[in-house]
Amino acid sequence: MRPHGTRFLTLTTVAASAAMVLASCGGGSSSSSSGGGGSKAPIMIGVSLSQTGDFSADGQAFTRGYNLWANYVNSHGGLLDGRKVKLIILNDNSDPTTVQANYTKLIASDHVNLVFGPFSTLLTVPSAKVAARYGYAFPEGAGGGPAVFQLGLRNVFAVSPPIADQLVPFAEWVAALPASERPKTAAYPMVNDPFADPMTQTAQGILQKAGVKTVYAHIFPAENPDYKAGADQVAATGAQLVIVGSVDVPTVTAFITAFEQQHYNPKIFAATAGPDQGAAFLKAVGPGNATGIFVPNGWYPGLANSLSQQFVQAYNAKYGGTPADVNADSAEAYSVGQTVAQAVAGTKSIDNKVLIAWLHSHPTTTVQGPARYSGIGMNVVAAKFIFQWQHGAKFAQVLPAGAPGSVPIVNPKPAWGQG
Amino acid sequence: MARSLYEAIIDGVLGGGVYALMAVGLTLIFGVLDIINIAQGILVVLAAYLSYVLSVHLHIDLFLGLLVTVPAMFLVGVTIQVLFMRPLRGRERVSMSLLASYAVAIILEGVLYAVFGPGTVQLNAWYVTKGVQVLGGPQPYYLPYIYLFGFGLAVLLVGVIYVVLYRTQFGRSVRATMQDQTAARLIGIDVGRVAAVTFGIGVAVTAVGGMVFGSLNAFNANSGYDLISRLLAIIILGGLGSIGGALAAAVFMITVESVVDIWSPSWSVVVFYAALILVLTVKPTGLFGKREARAQ
Repeated sequence: MRPHGTRFLTLTTVAASAAMVLASCGGGSSSSSSGGGGSKAPIMIGVSLSQTGDFSADGQAFTRGYNLWANYVNSHGGLLDGRKVKLIILNDNSDPTTVQANYTKLIASDHVNLVFGPFSTLLTVPSAKVAARYGYAFPEGAGGGPAVFQLGLRNVFAVSPPIADQLVPFAEWVAALPASERPKTAAYPMVNDPFADPMTQTAQGILQKAGVKTVYAHIFPAENPDYKAGADQVAATGAQLVIVGSVDVPTVTAFITAFEQQHYNPKIFAATAGPDQGAAFLKAVGPGNATGIFVPNGWYPGLANSLSQQFVQAYNAKYGGTPADVNADSAEAYSVGQTVAQAVAGTKSIDNKVLIAWLHSHPTTTVQGPARYSGIGMNVVAAKFIFQWQHGAKFAQVLPAGAPGSVPIVNPKPAWGQG
Repeated sequence: MARSLYEAIIDGVLGGGVYALMAVGLTLIFGVLDIINIAQGILVVLAAYLSYVLSVHLHIDLFLGLLVTVPAMFLVGVTIQVLFMRPLRGRERVSMSLLASYAVAIILEGVLYAVFGPGTVQLNAWYVTKGVQVLGGPQPYYLPYIYLFGFGLAVLLVGVIYVVLYRTQFGRSVRATMQDQTAARLIGIDVGRVAAVTFGIGVAVTAVGGMVFGSLNAFNANSGYDLISRLLAIIILGGLGSIGGALAAAVFMITVESVVDIWSPSWSVVVFYAALILVLTVKPTGLFGKREARAQ
């Protein structure tokens, strides 16, 4: 009997493990807001999001944004004369290979009517290619890196600002500081990522032209669990300005912890992502360390845009919290839905070919502001904002200085723990 | 340049101590049970979360909290061994244990996501950011206390495990089990108990590694994956099953990586694994290979 038992156990273990692996890689969930049962078939929308892995925090914020949009649409009569929308969300585990498989499954196997983009440039690049192969429009909210536009695909519509230029207002502000206040030296540690590096390098170019000497510019492997030695090298340079090319909170936190250990306080500190994660960032670094840190983004809860204000209200009503708790990722996802809703309304169709043609020739408006797309899907009229953590754990929009709600910049950054 | 080199070597040696804290349990479990515990990375994260709960919600100092987290992780280890590893028998036991421990990792990751969410947290204490100055100049260099304490704990743990293995009755049972489970059973050793306790000890030491890891890095349920490949590389280089080898390999690997970081961080990871291949080419059993370790 024993061999039988062992064999059974072995097979069970293999099957269970395989099932769990598959579940973690491509496990799906569907969500829709029924809002009443109409007889018309729902419009199926496929999405791959990072529920686990490096982008899990962003992926979950995206999920909220997409679900909120679906709820809104379904409670307002649906699309195309009353058809509800139904989201089919698969987990890509933040993995470029899995995301490709997910979109292939959604389109070729599940035969969804439409697809929405995933989180990050890294995952958008392979996904957009899949969508293009099947002739699907690919509206997306977090794939604004040059790598996406370099594909030259006509089915991509990046509703958020192109990321290569997002730090430009910050770099121009530094360059315009009086010589006595302007940093003399700068360090640019970056993770190897198509989102983080172009943005950092664009800022580096502007600052070098303004006479800010580069004393450190290195790219770290993306899957690096230990930044201590690299951060100590940055600290040893004594650079007065640091821009961390990051994609998540842990990377920025690792640098801040190492800088604090070395009693190294750059006068100006910015990161490409991480500080935009609100409470998650504060929880990791503490309010005393957050003050003075800059981060770029295309949206903030106080944006003077009626669509945005409605979105914030709806978000807080559904998920609780205050406007300050609304993550920009959710707004980016919501913008994708709004873009598609306008295209469907404009064409009275869910034919992807028709939608692609319409989006190339018509402007749209989302919670992030206006959008108009170039031939390769870049939103050429998107607004760019720079934010800064300020005293009292306040996340404030500081650049452009003239934008509504903009507040004065805290400069220089207080010493670690003193903010 | 010399200054950078000193810093990198110090960073590497002390950082190696931190990795050793996480790797020692992994190599101990392999040495006794021939199980490569893929769940070790997520167990480090679980331990970090336990320290986080004690620190944030009960305001217990991170080191004092080890009095709770070490026994708690021991129980977690024993439970995993009894529920998932003990039932595995036969010729495919080793490969099945890989799958079983991977399944444990996935389950734990899911539980941690459900309990703590996807956001990251970090452990805080005065000794995380404070340190002692060892190099002067315009930008002095400080040795953070957490690294010093972590390295000290790593050496202490290796010493304690050595004493347990080589100076106690239980250690003799463990070594007998390492050499031949059937023979050990024939001379009256309760191999099942030895296996459970050893697995428990292997997981319990991750409580220390998890606490130090969580103090130095923001982490969430996903953070274990970046760790496990490095931990595996370290115990292979040190010699599977060798406790001292894990410490030596961790210090060697992290130091090499830190030094290469000076010139090119993107090459540091490559060199990390290239060093592994190079050493294994010359000495396939690692620095302190299994045969040598068991012959001590």
